[in-house]
Amino acid sequence: MQRIGVFVCWCGSNIAGTVDVKQVAKALENEPGVVYSTDYQYMCSQAGQDMIVNAVKEHRLTGIVVCSCSPRMHEQTFRKTAAKAGLNPYMVEIANIREQCSWVHKDMIVGTEKAIILGKAAVAKVNLNAPLTPGESPVTKRALVIGGGIAGIQTALDIADAGFEVDIVEKKPTIGGKMAQLDKTFPTLDCAACILTPKMVDVAQHEKIRVFSFSEVSEVSGFVGNFEVTIKKKARYVKEDICTGCGACVDKCPVKKVPNEFNLGMDNRKAIYIPFAQAVPKVATIDPNACNMLKAGKCGVCSKVCTAGAIDYTQKDELVTEKYGAIVVATGFEPISMEKFDEYAYSQSKDVITSLEFERLTNAAGPTQGKLLRPSDLKHPEKIVFVQCVGSRCASCAEKGKEYCSKICCMYTAKHAMLTRDKYPDTDVTVFYIDVRTPGKNFDEFYRRATEDYGVKYIKGMVGKIVPEGDKLHVQGSDLIANEQVHIDADLVVLAAAIEPDKSARPLATMLTASMDTNDFFTEAHPKLRPVESPTAGVFLSGACQGPKDIPETVSQAGAAAAKVIGLLAKDKLLGNPCVASSDENMCNGCSSCANVCPYGAITYEDKEFRMPDRTIQVRRIAKVNPAVCQGCGCCTVTCPSGAMDLRGFTNSQIMAEVDAICK
Amino acid sequence: MNKKMLAEEIIRISGTDPKKCMKCGKCSGSCPAYDDMEYHPHQFVSMIINGNVDPLMVSESVYSCLTCFACAERCPRGVEPAKLIEAVRLFKLREKGKNRMSAEDVSAFCDADMPQQAIVSAFRKYAK
Ligand SMILES: Cc1cc2nc3c(=O)[nH]c(=O)nc-3n(C[C@H](O)[C@H](O)[C@H](O)COP(=O)(O)OP(=O)(O)OC[C@H]3O[C@@H](n4cnc5c(N)ncnc54)[C@H](O)[C@@H]3O)c2cc1C
Ligand code: SF4
Ligand code: SF4
Ligand code: SF4
Ligand code: SF4
Repeated sequence: MQRIGVFVCWCGSNIAGTVDVKQVAKALENEPGVVYSTDYQYMCSQAGQDMIVNAVKEHRLTGIVVCSCSPRMHEQTFRKTAAKAGLNPYMVEIANIREQCSWVHKDMIVGTEKAIILGKAAVAKVNLNAPLTPGESPVTKRALVIGGGIAGIQTALDIADAGFEVDIVEKKPTIGGKMAQLDKTFPTLDCAACILTPKMVDVAQHEKIRVFSFSEVSEVSGFVGNFEVTIKKKARYVKEDICTGCGACVDKCPVKKVPNEFNLGMDNRKAIYIPFAQAVPKVATIDPNACNMLKAGKCGVCSKVCTAGAIDYTQKDELVTEKYGAIVVATGFEPISMEKFDEYAYSQSKDVITSLEFERLTNAAGPTQGKLLRPSDLKHPEKIVFVQCVGSRCASCAEKGKEYCSKICCMYTAKHAMLTRDKYPDTDVTVFYIDVRTPGKNFDEFYRRATEDYGVKYIKGMVGKIVPEGDKLHVQGSDLIANEQVHIDADLVVLAAAIEPDKSARPLATMLTASMDTNDFFTEAHPKLRPVESPTAGVFLSGACQGPKDIPETVSQAGAAAAKVIGLLAKDKLLGNPCVASSDENMCNGCSSCANVCPYGAITYEDKEFRMPDRTIQVRRIAKVNPAVCQGCGCCTVTCPSGAMDLRGFTNSQIMAEVDAICK
Repeated sequence: MNKKMLAEEIIRISGTDPKKCMKCGKCSGSCPAYDDMEYHPHQFVSMIINGNVDPLMVSESVYSCLTCFACAERCPRGVEPAKLIEAVRLFKLREKGKNRMSAEDVSAFCDADMPQQAIVSAFRKYAK
């Protein structure tokens, strides 16, 4: 028989305002096993915890019930208190009489009655509790970062600087992400390349960092501290370790008309290419869909001009398997497609462009060498219209746009408008906006400068339609302040397209068993208190893959994710969660039901020999749970048709005892 | 019928929810009949939300609307102002118990340049 102590918390007036705590303590006094029952203003305070420790000693308690807030809040606190008093931490149960009781009831009598019932259930459970000890597992002291944008770069550098090895897997031929495509960056207008490329070089030169460029993650198994990851290195037909990045092959390649994805198709590249001058790694890549040699076996020019002998037309995709202790997702974002916004004529006119295309048009390394020329006829545009919120805040058209605010477009549109007026004072620049959202340090001041110092015209209202007419774009929109419909004949229109997570994020999340929201952004373990951890242990989040973010925010989050990874890798061993499932081999019939429902892949089967009463040997298939992988969700226990599967700390008999106590 | 009930009735007939409006003005930016209107599509929505329906009931704006549905198609929040405007017209028809124009009169306005959709619209607008 247990000797149970009950501690009822007032939580100031949070609980005591709706629940008669004294009556609860009194009612629970007479429950089986209870030898001590009391109440106190703040159980979680030092004084409250001391009270528990003293009561354990004085009354020789073997189990504790705390009637208080949600176990998510203070279960850990009271488990530590129990350990301090010499009890096994798993001999503590929490009855949640705040969130599930005082906060949802208004009536004292009803609230008190429910609190007593919840308390009784917890007492019934503690009567069946047994001490539990968490298992230990070793930690592989190396991290994997998936995605090599500014988020992945910063996370990798921070982890590596702390002395741990890091691998970056980047699906494109170079790291750098979207930031490498930007021209200048708000709010300080420093040039993106000037602040990004030194970091890319740091990555390339860091002895603790390896970059798998042009590579993707194809399989993930294992668990926190012990992941095993298969990486697919896609064939680039150039030997990475030999290529010097001299570009002789690119100069001589005869296939010249391949749309250049780095410039968003606004100019062409060769069949063999290096995305941009500061690429890391600076290695050529052959596009197999364009190369004459790979398509038809004719040409071979690049291999002839390459003095290093780096070209290898027979290269195949290669799979490498590596072990990691932690995984960071940094897969970033993409602007959404504008094809479906017919009213904005994006598909009809080359002079309707997206903001990312505008970045390339103003970038010195872009298709126009940084001169702002409109794509159709390479003329200098005199009238430019920017449209904000295209596809963002769009609740009605899920197939076209996104319901959320993309967060970065107000600021980059102000940047674009301002820089245009600065460099080309003769241009007439108009921005259509619904709201200008600038909640950031120096952000509103930045946007105000666009209008006050640079004379950008801001019109509150949305553009309804854009019609190409001759060499102009007829823009029709509303000016809500003037209560007018406005008509502008523009030379160039720039659409601030909504952003969405990279398309590869969802299959990756499935591999990692990491959760996502309905928009395919990775979900954090807690929106306020654990913003860089995914709910899956050992998987962390960095950058825009978790939600729209600008560079300052991305970099802070990247550093925070690194700190969490370092904290994990600094440990030699990890304590597991002892509340895991296990199957009773005498009852298990090997039906596979449990393995089919386990979301974490923790269950495998093995053939085991059983000695029968008649001394014969029978071989049966039985389920085995890997306690390091099991997260204790309990899906298997409710699925098991033979009642063999049980969850430690939440056994079937414990739960039935709670139900009985509630229904009595 | 008081103002509030009137607004509620119009919302009910329209089948849309004007509260979803985020006041972006894309409807008014789309409307081809904008300059002929006293109250523009976004104002329509806002007036109905605020229960300020009386001015709409006597305004010629409801007939300036071409029923082209551009506003409904492009509204990012699915408010569909055209349906609210149509609901006001319907309400007036039902109240008076007679059509603004009889079906026979429509042909007088038709010529070779009249788009078919406009003729269909005329029937849905003026005769129910
Ligand atoms: C037009 C425009 C202008 C902007 N201007 C500014 C500005 O002035 N100031 C500012 O602060 N911010 C600006 N931003 C925002 C800025 O671009 C982002 O904050 C930043 O790029 C986010 O970095 P990231 O690393 O999270 O994502 P990304 O830059 O998208 O990087 C993600 C990387 O992961 C790779 N990847 C994706 N999926 C996989 C996969 N499955 N496996 C391997 N690799 C993968 C991608 O190839 C990419 O390299 C602008 C954005 C846009 C669109
Ligand atoms: S072999 Fe292919 S990549 Fe090389 S030069 Fe010829 S076409 Fe270009
Ligand atoms: S950041 Fe500004 S432009 Fe972008 S979606 Fe939000 S409100 Fe619209
Ligand atoms: S387009 Fe829709 S959301 Fe925008 S003002 Fe009109 S009704 Fe409101
Ligand atoms: S349906 Fe009426 S209000 Fe809407 S855009 Fe067409 S004419 Fe304008």
